[in-house]
Amino acid sequence: MKLTLHIWRQKSPNHVGRMVRYEHNNVNPHMSFLEMLDVLNEELIAKGEEPVAFDHDCREGICGTCGFMINGVAHGPQPATSVCQLHMRHFKDGAVLYIEPWRAKAFPVIKDLVVDRSAFDRILAAGGFISVSTGSAPDGNVVLVPKRKADLAMDAAACIGCGACVAACPNAAAALFTGAKISHLGLLPQGQPERYQRVMNMVAQVKVEMFGSCTNIGECEAVCPKEIRLEVIARMNRDYLFGSWTGRAEVVRAGE
Amino acid sequence: MELRSKIPGGPIEKRWDQHRFDLKLVNPANKRKYHVLVVGSGLAGASASASMAELGYNVKCFCFQDSPRRAHSIAAQGGINAAKNYQNDGDSIYRLFYDTVKGGDFRARESNVYRLAQISLNIIDQCVAQGVPFAREYGGLLANRSFGGAQVSRTFYARGQTGQQLLLGAYQALLRQVRAGQVTMLPRTEMLDLIVIDGKARGIVTRNLITGKIESHLADAVVLGTGGYGNVFYLSTNAKGSNCTAIWRAHKHGAAFGNPCFTQIHPTCIPVSGEYQSKLTLMSESLRNDGRIWVPKKKGDARPANQIPENERDYYLERKYPSFGNLVPRDVASRNAKAVCDEGRGVGEGGLGVYLDFADAIKRLGKQGIRERYANLFDMYERITAENPYESPMRIYPAIHYAMGGLWVDYNLMTTIPGLYAIGEANFSDHGANRLGASALMQGLADGYFILPYTIGDYLATAKLEKVDSSHPIVRDAESCVAKQTNRLLEIRGKRTVTSFHRELGKLLWDECGMARNEAGLKRALQRVPELRDEFWQNVNVLGGGEELNQALENAGRVADFLEFGELMCLDALRRNESCGCHFREEYQTPDGEALRDDANFSYVAAWEYAGPGRSPILNKEPLAFEYVHPSQRSYK
Repeated sequence: MKLTLHIWRQKSPNHVGRMVRYEHNNVNPHMSFLEMLDVLNEELIAKGEEPVAFDHDCREGICGTCGFMINGVAHGPQPATSVCQLHMRHFKDGAVLYIEPWRAKAFPVIKDLVVDRSAFDRILAAGGFISVSTGSAPDGNVVLVPKRKADLAMDAAACIGCGACVAACPNAAAALFTGAKISHLGLLPQGQPERYQRVMNMVAQVKVEMFGSCTNIGECEAVCPKEIRLEVIARMNRDYLFGSWTGRAEVVRAGE
Repeated sequence: MELRSKIPGGPIEKRWDQHRFDLKLVNPANKRKYHVLVVGSGLAGASASASMAELGYNVKCFCFQDSPRRAHSIAAQGGINAAKNYQNDGDSIYRLFYDTVKGGDFRARESNVYRLAQISLNIIDQCVAQGVPFAREYGGLLANRSFGGAQVSRTFYARGQTGQQLLLGAYQALLRQVRAGQVTMLPRTEMLDLIVIDGKARGIVTRNLITGKIESHLADAVVLGTGGYGNVFYLSTNAKGSNCTAIWRAHKHGAAFGNPCFTQIHPTCIPVSGEYQSKLTLMSESLRNDGRIWVPKKKGDARPANQIPENERDYYLERKYPSFGNLVPRDVASRNAKAVCDEGRGVGEGGLGVYLDFADAIKRLGKQGIRERYANLFDMYERITAENPYESPMRIYPAIHYAMGGLWVDYNLMTTIPGLYAIGEANFSDHGANRLGASALMQGLADGYFILPYTIGDYLATAKLEKVDSSHPIVRDAESCVAKQTNRLLEIRGKRTVTSFHRELGKLLWDECGMARNEAGLKRALQRVPELRDEFWQNVNVLGGGEELNQALENAGRVADFLEFGELMCLDALRRNESCGCHFREEYQTPDGEALRDDANFSYVAAWEYAGPGRSPILNKEPLAFEYVHPSQRSYK
């Protein structure tokens, strides 16, 4: 297969980036998208050009490290698939592909296709946990969890934190990501004591990080490699409303 | 070198309790005066960081990924063992202990394994309380399944993503301490050297992967939770970034390396498809519960699977091991797959594959039944190979998966350098020569949540550490060594890429020190690895600069260490003149081709000591005693 690639090249956060065109004549349909870029990079190094930087690690679709836009779609054309699991057989010989990093104010570009997603860690650090210190847990079967609840919690907990939802959203909102963690913990009995405080703290942090507001467009759900559903945003909004009415005095404003 | 394992005496079920009582405690008010560095943020590193921070220690945690949540523990699929006996099927702490010692082919320490089995109970409780969404029965109780050939159902799981959910639990506990100011998290930061002052580990030198800044961090103790070295083989199920740099550089400062030749090969991975292949993908072992493994009886049979009639198929595991059949342990399943492929009966392109066939299971359970059990795995297989496993059998082949070897540690998880600890896959651990399925997650969390937080206190309470600061000449020296090596890599500007060296090293080691090893092959490898290493330092081409994000430079440093470590692995394999668990020396096998242990001469942990550049490492032996589980020939027939 032969491909024409237009790839975003940007040396550092302080440099101006631009699209650079590469002709790639050495593509095997069984390669994954990242392996296709590996081969391109080997060729670039042989020519004395710096390879394209992109984030990746497990290449099994679970670590959430990889991700970029292919022709304007986060993680490319195959549904429920991150770019490491996307294979070249899904593209036509001679295709022209535009490859760009996630675009969001909260995810500044570090180099080429690599962005800084540390805002996600800070959102979770604001409350995306259950406060239980090591050693103080009761027996695992003391608190029963209805199977239906456990399954719904697991659906939400499957989020890999890749950032595709933010990149796909016209507002660059982090609602699907934040809602997923709020759903996961809020559905379980273990998550109840901190449920409303958690949502208030996390949403406050989302605002500090300069993510946009959710307007229920649904692009996030369409590109999510783990098929996280929009209902997690509904749960977040419901808990946020409830939390705002009942617990205002306790709201911690991020930054204070 | 003196190896003091510090294994307590007395009855095995009392040893850990007694030991905990004997350990010195640090007064709560004094804990806040101590600083601990934790390198790695996987199950072991994140759980240790969180637990020590909860106790009041000041923790700095480092990872090379962009977030601690990316650590490769996340990719574990199957589950985590615990001797809860919730299923009332005869499980007990003693049985989990027994299975693990036997499964490890009698090359693990009994006391450590017993402790692991005891702690397995607390781990499940802790994870449930953190909100890990384990699978549940309709009544709301925890569900279990049997796994990896165990005869009891003791595996807890969260769909096919148990590692992910356990890691997110530990990561969330870690973030809670970050929020509390008790942990400082440094992502995209790679440890490149260890600082040892007055014989004690006092800090590390790191490179900031974004800015290239080289910095030192000083503390009272250093913990390595940096995972295994499987990527020395280039192709493995490990993440691309997984590496041995931290443990290897600690080894060069005096930490003994335990059993480096014990590497586990997982039998059910998707076969290699071409030269460009960058990693291998595991298909959960649970598939062997319903799939039947076979190859054609005839050599070079090129017919598609469904055109090969039943009587021309060889279900070789069922034939050779009638009682365990397709569920034999990983090492046995892997070796047999290699054997039939070596006979020329392998399937698929290149002949390196065997069929894993679900046709009978589909007949028995229906497509829907199979979909309920394995849908995500079948989808993943189809995504990668473009073949539909509901219609034609899967093709699988073994791949490097886990390192049982690692830094040698005593019962307190301390290496031979005082103040330096190794936890999780990074230590030589509790799995002997072969790890059982669903035991890696258990060990990582046992070390991090429940062992290290106690044992490190004993060291801190008694070590009498002098104050050191970054102006210390050893610290300065370590920083400049790291800077020098970085510059050296950038200045070579040779003709070959880092990846081409890594791929060649991996192929060599897979051929000579992979599933089966022999003296001649290991000697070939021991000659070739140093040659390749010399060529690397003359002819590698790393473009770009050192003061920016430079992924080729990061990789070059890691491959440079693999090129040194690979030699030690082969040497260990050569010196262990027996077969045990995953270490199969072709010269030592029973008449029917099974591993032949030599307990009289090799019932020891090989703890290798670094002797300086260009000098042969020194082999120290920690003898293993088996008071409870008596060594026997493993039989699965």
